[in-house]
Amino acid sequence: MSFYETLRHFADSYALVLMLALFVGLCAWPFRPGASKRNQAAATLIFEGQDDGE
Amino acid sequence: MQAETALGRVGLWFLIMLAALAAAVGAADSGFAAHATIIALVAFVMIWMSASRFDPVGKAQGFFQMPEGPSRYDDDPIRWGVIATMFWGLAGLLAGVFIASQLAFPWLNIEPYLNFGRLRPLHTSAVIFAFGGNALLATSFYVVQRTCRTQLAFPGLARFVFWGYQLFIVLAATGYLLGVTQSKEYAEPEWYVDLWLTIVWVAYFVVFVGTLAKRKEPHIYVANWFYLAFIITIAMLHIVNNLAVPVSFLGAKSYNAFAGVQDALTQWWYGHNAVGFFLTAGFLAMMYYFVPKQAERPVYSYRLSIIHFWSLIFLYIWAGPHHLHYTALPDWAQTLGMVFSIMLWMPSWGGMINGLMTLNGAWDKVRTDPIIRMMVMALAFYGMSTFEGPMLSIKSVNSLSHYTDWTIGHVHSGALGWNGMITFACMYFLVPRLWKRQRMYSLRMINWHFWLAALGIVFYAASMWVAGIQQGLMWREYGPDGYLVWSFADSVAAMFPMYVMRTVGGLMYLGGAIIMTYNIWMTLAGKLREEKPLRDAAYDPQADRPIVNQPSAVPAE
Amino acid sequence: MTDPVVDETVKGHKRLERNITLLAIGTFVTVVIGGLVQITPLFYLENTIEEVEGVRPYTPLEQAGRDIYIREGCYVCHSQMIRPFRDEVERYGHYSLAAESMYDHPFQWGSKRTGPDLARVGGRYSDEWHVQHLTDPQSVVPESVMPQYGFLKETPLAIGDPKATMTALMRVGVPYSKDDLENAEADMLAQADPDADPGDLAARYPKAQIRDFDGNPDKLTEMDALIAYLQMLGTLVDFDSAAPLEELAEEKGR
Repeated sequence: MSFYETLRHFADSYALVLMLALFVGLCAWPFRPGASKRNQAAATLIFEGQDDGE
Repeated sequence: MQAETALGRVGLWFLIMLAALAAAVGAADSGFAAHATIIALVAFVMIWMSASRFDPVGKAQGFFQMPEGPSRYDDDPIRWGVIATMFWGLAGLLAGVFIASQLAFPWLNIEPYLNFGRLRPLHTSAVIFAFGGNALLATSFYVVQRTCRTQLAFPGLARFVFWGYQLFIVLAATGYLLGVTQSKEYAEPEWYVDLWLTIVWVAYFVVFVGTLAKRKEPHIYVANWFYLAFIITIAMLHIVNNLAVPVSFLGAKSYNAFAGVQDALTQWWYGHNAVGFFLTAGFLAMMYYFVPKQAERPVYSYRLSIIHFWSLIFLYIWAGPHHLHYTALPDWAQTLGMVFSIMLWMPSWGGMINGLMTLNGAWDKVRTDPIIRMMVMALAFYGMSTFEGPMLSIKSVNSLSHYTDWTIGHVHSGALGWNGMITFACMYFLVPRLWKRQRMYSLRMINWHFWLAALGIVFYAASMWVAGIQQGLMWREYGPDGYLVWSFADSVAAMFPMYVMRTVGGLMYLGGAIIMTYNIWMTLAGKLREEKPLRDAAYDPQADRPIVNQPSAVPAE
Repeated sequence: MTDPVVDETVKGHKRLERNITLLAIGTFVTVVIGGLVQITPLFYLENTIEEVEGVRPYTPLEQAGRDIYIREGCYVCHSQMIRPFRDEVERYGHYSLAAESMYDHPFQWGSKRTGPDLARVGGRYSDEWHVQHLTDPQSVVPESVMPQYGFLKETPLAIGDPKATMTALMRVGVPYSKDDLENAEADMLAQADPDADPGDLAARYPKAQIRDFDGNPDKLTEMDALIAYLQMLGTLVDFDSAAPLEELAEEKGR
């Protein structure tokens, strides 16, 4: 079986579903509820403190 | 003690000068000799500086009115970066207008040094690496210090990065005019200039990561991720794509490690990701810091920026083969490149939306603040060209567009619209802060700059769309007799009006940049222009609300 | 981060956002994958490394011409890659094969056609036409926007050290023979000099064209070298003979 065919069989199997699930999971990961406060803190950190020297 | 170190420094520079002079004498070709002479000159100036009280940098800092005295952040390299950005920006745009005129009026070619073939890499490198590169250097040093609340690590090395990078630009640019090139697009400099850039780039990486490592803020702000990805990936691309064997260690000529198909794909893996990481990831880093700062509100969705980051850097690398559709590159690689290019549309637009929506609730600033307006325009053009790109990467579209001016138009809507506009906006943001001025000399001039630039891009992009599609259609048109209708020369002649219009667009864009230079110059001089406020209509908060929240005065029927 | 309390509470992606080493490594791994998957197979897949009858390394003079082609930036306006479309094949000749650029360090496929494709320009025009066209393009093609290259005719070819050039090319994989290397300079001079004895040049470099190219046999100029290169472009593979067509029929992935 050629390398291409191996990959083809892999892509035609449930591996495709798994990869899709992984993809969706990764995209959803930052949006999990626990993260929102820390994300808010990270997003606003550029406004804290004096930025322009002295 | 001080005298001893000064003497040691003089000795070192003297040795470098002697070595450079010896290389110039023994050089195998004139290009290498010229470059060795430039190095010897630099070494001579350094000797002069070390030996006597001659201090050109200090004098120039006085000339450019740079504020003195202790400061919380190390801003000198950034101020120099701003000045270099403006200088190389003008040079690169001027070269662009000149070569655009050459295509309309070929008698403007002056053989051999000012022929189109030698000037075109000068233009592309000047705008990408000199203008864009200096903007990235300056903003990355600015952002990393502010977001880490610490000074630059290794201040000496940071200065070496800046001046070493300028030397790289000078060697590359003079090399093109002298015919020193390895002909790989956007990677034209020869082996020794590539080696020099590698050294400078590693130093840049060390300064950047060193500053991140000593940060006083636990979180690494998202802009820094983009800068980091840009620095790491450009290093990888640069090294692999420039692998070469020099003919002589005293000569400019070298031959690439790869040939034919392998070389083609390596080159466009590099070339496309020079766009992806130099002109996109690096400039997105600018977007993620300066747009929220100027709008005075946090980025629309920090979580979206996480997804944006990982998906963008993962997908971009795969898209290179779309530059080689229908060539001798294997079909599977072309298809892979096409599929990933189309997928790339999503993270690109995710980033654009994230930037634009940051202005949610502050849309009135688009009317009142010309800097915000520039940022919004930049993001709009980013969105447009990241839609056009995937479209052009579809094989059937590409069969028409490839080899035509459509590609040139696409590149410029990205470069002028996205990279240029966001850089200008960041410079307008930085200059008053770095020079401790109240504001820019003139806001009305920023407004003029904005409209000239916007109109220039419209002229440029529209004429190149027409030119590209017309070329593609003329080349493939068959008459009823079954023969090709047009000779190639016919298609060249048909381009004349479009090439003239493109030049006009470029001139407008250059005009805007000249206004900007004047504006910055006067700001540096500490002047404020007395002018009528920009806004002529009174601000009406009633009229400026998000559409969705509008309570309907009349109930729906 | 050294703070144990922070370490305990910081997990997952948050950890990455606080650890510069992890972030850098994660970024590097992410950007390496695409290139590895696409580029490495090209070094062992059959249809990208197969050889086609007739393709040979450049003669020293052709290589010198190629170096001038690169120096002048011809590639910014001329492609050398004919795509398999009816109009391109009719306009420029048989579509380009991977093997035809297998000794091209670097490749010259180009990305823009401000001027026509040159992959098979060899033999299409006379040497005289090329001299006239390079000196004053508009005199033979009035619509042309090409710059003038008359200086090539006046500039003597810098012979330099052709042996070193060929050695560098051998180091990157071009199969020159020992004979080629020994005769490098003689080959270069003889190819453009009708009075010189070319020896076995034509045997070592099949289809090499041996004659004065720039109309001035007394002087070896850059014009000689460039035209020698242009006149051999695309002439090495004989597409009319049966053998290559057979190989083409087998070529996959196009």
